Amino acid sequence: MDVLTLSRFQFALTVGFHYLYPPLSIGLGVMLVLMEGLWLKTNRPVYHQMARFWTKVFALTFAIGVATGIVMEFEFGTNWATYSRYVGDVFGSALAAEGIFAFFLESGFLALLLFGWNRVSRGMHFFATCMVCLGAHFSAVWIVVANSWMQTPAGYHLVTRDGVTRAEITNFWELVFNPSTVDRLTHTVGGAWSSAAFLVVSVSAWYLLRRKHLEFARASLKVGLSMALVASLLQAVTGHFSAQGVAKNQPAKLAAFEGLYPTTSNAPLTVVGWVDETHERVVGLQIPNLLSFLAHDNFHAPVTGLNEFKPEDRPPVQASFMLFHGMVGLGCAMMVIAALGFLYFRHGSLHERRWLLWILVFSVLLPQLANQCGWFAAEVGRQPWIVYKLLRTSEALSAMVKANVVLTSIILFSLIYLLLFAVFLYLLNDKIQHGPDEADLTPSGKLALPRREQPAH
Amino acid sequence: MNFGSLDLNAIWFVLIGVLFVGYAMLDGFDLGIGALHLFTDTDDERRVMLNAIGPVWDGNEVWLVTGGGALFAAFPNVYATVFSGFYLAFTLLLVALIFRAVAIEFRSKQPMRWWRQMWDVAFCVSSLLSSLLIGVAMGNIAWGIPVDAHGEFAGTFLGLLHPYALLLGVTTVALFMMHGALYGVLKTDGALHDKLRGWVNNCIIFFIICYAATTMATLLYLPHMAARMRANPWLFSIALVNMLAVANIPREIHHGRDWRAFLSSCLAMLALMGLFGLEMFPNLVFSNPAPEHSLTIYNAASSPKTLGIMLTIALIGVPIVLAYTISIYWIFRGKVKLDKTSY
Ligand code: HDD
Ligand code: HEM
Ligand code: HEM
Repeated sequence: MDVLTLSRFQFALTVGFHYLYPPLSIGLGVMLVLMEGLWLKTNRPVYHQMARFWTKVFALTFAIGVATGIVMEFEFGTNWATYSRYVGDVFGSALAAEGIFAFFLESGFLALLLFGWNRVSRGMHFFATCMVCLGAHFSAVWIVVANSWMQTPAGYHLVTRDGVTRAEITNFWELVFNPSTVDRLTHTVGGAWSSAAFLVVSVSAWYLLRRKHLEFARASLKVGLSMALVASLLQAVTGHFSAQGVAKNQPAKLAAFEGLYPTTSNAPLTVVGWVDETHERVVGLQIPNLLSFLAHDNFHAPVTGLNEFKPEDRPPVQASFMLFHGMVGLGCAMMVIAALGFLYFRHGSLHERRWLLWILVFSVLLPQLANQCGWFAAEVGRQPWIVYKLLRTSEALSAMVKANVVLTSIILFSLIYLLLFAVFLYLLNDKIQHGPDEADLTPSGKLALPRREQPAH
Repeated sequence: MNFGSLDLNAIWFVLIGVLFVGYAMLDGFDLGIGALHLFTDTDDERRVMLNAIGPVWDGNEVWLVTGGGALFAAFPNVYATVFSGFYLAFTLLLVALIFRAVAIEFRSKQPMRWWRQMWDVAFCVSSLLSSLLIGVAMGNIAWGIPVDAHGEFAGTFLGLLHPYALLLGVTTVALFMMHGALYGVLKTDGALHDKLRGWVNNCIIFFIICYAATTMATLLYLPHMAARMRANPWLFSIALVNMLAVANIPREIHHGRDWRAFLSSCLAMLALMGLFGLEMFPNLVFSNPAPEHSLTIYNAASSPKTLGIMLTIALIGVPIVLAYTISIYWIFRGKVKLDKTSY
């Protein structure tokens, strides 16, 4: 295999694996803020117990997130040196800002969150939890800014010196708020919230099925299901805005997402199906006019098709189509599941519906899959460009790196990631089976309640 | 902000130096504790060692991440050339850093003996390997690497493992072990404290031998790394500060002033890196042979606009980072006590 294929494979492998964990950390950050906030407000011990339990899970995902993130940071230099020279002036500052504004904040206050339970006051601990959550969101901000700039470059100009061309900043804020940043950031963060919400829901549903830790499970479900519902509805809304942005800024990508070859007015939206690439058409269940409406707010508007682009400028159609429809399908399923769970929970009959509890237990996989599909769709749909319309992926490699060297690193990373994944599942399962700690129902040290504030129940 | 006619390139040379010195001073002791980890005997001792760095190691590693990001932003050509050129070496470093991170986090999650032993070994070996590779990279930067007319690395992986680079690798291991032992002395009490005090002396001897050898080798084989000092003899005072700082460590330890011993070690690192930077300036990658292809702070830099924006970001961000980093070290000051939330 050639260096290009191998490097792309390695990048997809490492970033795909990395992206299993950050969404959980970002979302669990919010969950922890909610749980600890509820505890401070109501003084109910079960919220303290929840905060302690989910903090341990948070620590686990965080550790692997950090370990795999470092790989990403250096991979641009090792595998994509030409790309690094081309975009360093623009892209590097977002990455450096991520270090200064996000990672320091997160890792610093994480110390207090994990080890500070008995050392600082309740208010201070809550503050630390909020800062960790904020730091996690900041890292999403900067990395999405960087990635969005690659999708819709803005605020730069091209400069050629000694025959070498590169992009240089002209306007920092145009770069930061490039046309796709806001849409993609809200959508990515919503995806992260979903991942964590469904994890909390899944574990709690499992406890209800086993008839263990009932009070803990109910309180967790309340927080988890509310968040799952909000986040999955948010995904549909922000996804819609993303799609409109793609239609405007990256029409070839949108055409690939929907397998649309000729430019079409009254374009239909495919619900399920596949692309018949030889006959250049989509086979499947379609709703007439809906794509025109979704893309341009008008049932009759023409939607640009792939035929407007030279074959060498088109993304892989089948893969883009499948990944995109996979994400949307999963998103719809998540909305239905979250809504059902929420309604029966409010009704007070969730614990009787074992079929639904079982669905909730497995629902944790849905947002993870949707997140992966979403990123892969966005990245594959941008091809053959690494920086849209400026630099081709095939021109972005490290000139000096040989195929066998890349292969070696792929094998190394694959083995290590397999090991990490196995250990992660083992420890997570162990934590879940062990369950929340009864001792955590009585906060100790500086967190303990002053006598007179003891709650009535 | 508008930074007028400041030489932004030189400022960024210094700032990236500051980030890497920060990394060496902070993560240096984490790596040193890791390298010493297997010398401790009981499970309790090992847990104390781990918890000495527990709340801070992750934040310390961010200095490296940010240093890498800043290098990418300020001098993209250096980032590209060095990282693609040292491909396998950096891959190994990444593997080592992954294992270190998860070993710290996972070790105490299960009580089984085999489990803990497995992660103990992983922690120790990955810390040793990281220190060694960082040193080897520094050694190659000092020695110079073959660079072609397009600014691309023109050597091989094995070519990076020449004796001088390896010597600097071993010296770095020694330096971090000494630094880690000093930090351990600060954070422990009782029998482990006395044990670590004993190790400090051995580590210092180990470091001084390596350091003397490196200095000799540099003077003999790397005239370009001593040229500035030869031209400006007063720079020798920095070397003197370095030597005095190292010599001061056993003295402070002897008088039981553990804090001062640790600060002395920090000062020694600062002086060492200061000298390194002074001799490199304005080169970032010295090309050997063909010095005319060297990557300098001018021909490898981002545009002045970007450097200015980054300086603004740094001026806003760094004071905040320093403020809460110091608060966190303050909150976790004192000797390690194991409790329910410990590793
Ligand atoms: C900061 C930038 C950035 C971010 C946040 C991501 N990517 Fe990306 N991705 C790239 C920057 C990039 C890239 C550097 O631009 C690549 C490398 C080669 C390429 O074609 O684009 C790329 C390629 C790339 C490819 C190969 C596409 C192809 O060869 O057809 C896949 C599958 C992904 N990415 C997947 C992901 C996933 C699952 C991400 C979730 C975190 C992700 N990317 C985040
Ligand atoms: C190619 C792209 C990416 C790079 C280069 C990258 C880089 C990194 C690095 C270096 C770390 C470790 C920081 C530390 O030591 O504390 C990290 C962790 C993290 N990254 Fe990524 N990352 C990428 C993709 C993403 C994406 C897409 C997101 C979210 C939308 C994200 C969110 C996070 C978060 C929240 C952490 C903290 C660790 C955790 O919570 O698990 N990253 N990343
Ligand atoms: C329900 C309907 C949904 C729609 C219409 C939708 C739409 C989109 C679109 C158009 C993109 C591409 C944006 C681009 O290329 O710039 C995208 C990307 C993405 N989607 Fe969705 N999405 C939906 C649901 C979800 C769900 C449920 C998740 C995860 C839980 C998710 C996670 C992502 C992620 C992580 C990305 C990549 C980041 C980005 O480009 O914003 N999506 N989505």
